[in-house]
Amino acid sequence: MTGQSIVLAADVPFPPSVEDFYLPSILPWGAHDNYWFTKITLLVWVTVALLIVFFLAAYRKPQLVPTKRQWIAESVYGFVRNNVAVDMIGPAGVRFAPYLTTLFMFILLNNFWGIVPFVQMSPNSHIAFPAVLAVISYVMFIYVGIRHHGFFKYFKHALIPPAPWFILPLLIPIELFSNFIVRPFSLAVRLFANMFAGHMLLLVFTLGGFAMISANAWLAPVSVLSWALTIALTMLEFLVICLQAYVFTVLTASYVQGALADEH
Amino acid sequence: MIEVILAEGAEHSPIIPVWQEMVVGTVAFAVLCFVLMKFVFPQMEKTFKARVDAIEGGIKRAETAQAEANQLLEQYKAQLAEARTEAARIRDEARADAEGIRQDVLAKAREESDRIIAAGNEQLTAQREAIVRELRSEVGTLAVDLASKIVGEALADEARTRGTVERFIADLDTAGQR
Repeated sequence: MTGQSIVLAADVPFPPSVEDFYLPSILPWGAHDNYWFTKITLLVWVTVALLIVFFLAAYRKPQLVPTKRQWIAESVYGFVRNNVAVDMIGPAGVRFAPYLTTLFMFILLNNFWGIVPFVQMSPNSHIAFPAVLAVISYVMFIYVGIRHHGFFKYFKHALIPPAPWFILPLLIPIELFSNFIVRPFSLAVRLFANMFAGHMLLLVFTLGGFAMISANAWLAPVSVLSWALTIALTMLEFLVICLQAYVFTVLTASYVQGALADEH
Repeated sequence: MIEVILAEGAEHSPIIPVWQEMVVGTVAFAVLCFVLMKFVFPQMEKTFKARVDAIEGGIKRAETAQAEANQLLEQYKAQLAEARTEAARIRDEARADAEGIRQDVLAKAREESDRIIAAGNEQLTAQREAIVRELRSEVGTLAVDLASKIVGEALADEARTRGTVERFIADLDTAGQR
C-alpha cells in the first residue's frame, strides 16, 4: 500500500488504506500504538460533552410552554419515544425511550463527525464503538426477556417457535443462530461498515483528485469532477448517517420488543 | 515493506476492535447515559405529563364553566317565565279588581239614587197629604161660609147641609185625584 502510493504520486498516498483510519495519537503526540487519546476518542468525548451540555442547558428550567431550545430537545426525545419506542414496543416502550434516545443521539452525532468539514472522521468507523453499543443492546434485550419471562421460559420462548415437532430440530439452531449469535454482529458491523465505507469513499474521491492532478496536469478537469463528487457523496453520507443511527435504534427497540412479546 | 509497517506500528484490521477504544466508548457512553437518563429525560416525561394535565385541566375547567353558564341561563329563563306569569296574574287581578270596584261604585250610586228618589217620593206624599188635609178642612169651612153667605140664613136642615158638604168634598176628592 505504501509502496503503491509512492509509485502513483510523490506526496499523495493513493489509494487510501485501512491505515488511514488509524491516525497517530494526540497524547503522546504522534505515537502509533497508543489509542487512549486519539482524534477518534477525542471526538467521542466531544460528542458526549456536546450532548450533555445541550440537553442540560435546554432542560435546566423546563417550562410548560417550551422555549426554542427546550422544544428541540423535546422533539428529539419525542421522536424516539413515540416513533420508535412506543411504535415498536407499545405502551411499555416508554421506559426504554430514555435509553433509546441516548443511543440514537450518540450514534447520530458520532456518525455526523464523518461529514463535518476538517473533521471528516466518524468514531463509528472504528468497530470498537459500534461493538460496545451492540453488546449493550444484546445484553439489554436478553436481560429484559429474562426479567419478563423468567430464565427458562424466555429461552424456550425465544428458541422454540410454534411449529410441528419434526421441523424443530431444524428451526431451533436457526433461531439460536439468528437471535443470539448474529444479532450483535449484524448490529455492530452494519453501523461500522457504513461509516467505514463512507469515509473510504470520501477519501477515494478527495485523494483521487489530488493523485490525478499531480500525476498529469491534463487530468485536472477529472480531478475537479472527483472533488464535486466528494461534495455529492457528502450529501449521500448525511442520509446514511441519519439512516444508520435510526436503524440501530429501531433494531434495538425491535429486539427488546421481541424479548417482551408474549407470542411469536 | 514489512520493515516500513513495523516502523509505523502494527498493521490494523478494521474488524478487530481496539480494546482501548472499547473502554473509552463504554465509559463515554455510560457517562452520557447516566446524565441524560437521570437528569434530562425523566424531567421531559414530567413536563409532558404536566402539559397533558394542564390541557386536560383547561378542558375540564372550560366544560365546568360551560355547564355553569347553561345552568344560569336555564335559571334566568325559568325566572323570566315566572316573572311573566306573575305579571300576567297581577294584570288579571288588577283588571278583576277594577271591574269589582266599578261594580261596587255603580251599585252604591244606584242605591244612593234609589234612596234619594224614595226620600223625595216620601216627602212629596207627606206634603201632599198634609196639603190635602189642610185643604179638606179649609174647603169645608170656606164652602160652609160661602153657602151661608149665599143663602143668608143658617140652613134649616142641618142634615141636608152636611150631606151636601160631604158630596162636595167627595167631588173635590175625585177631581183632585184625577
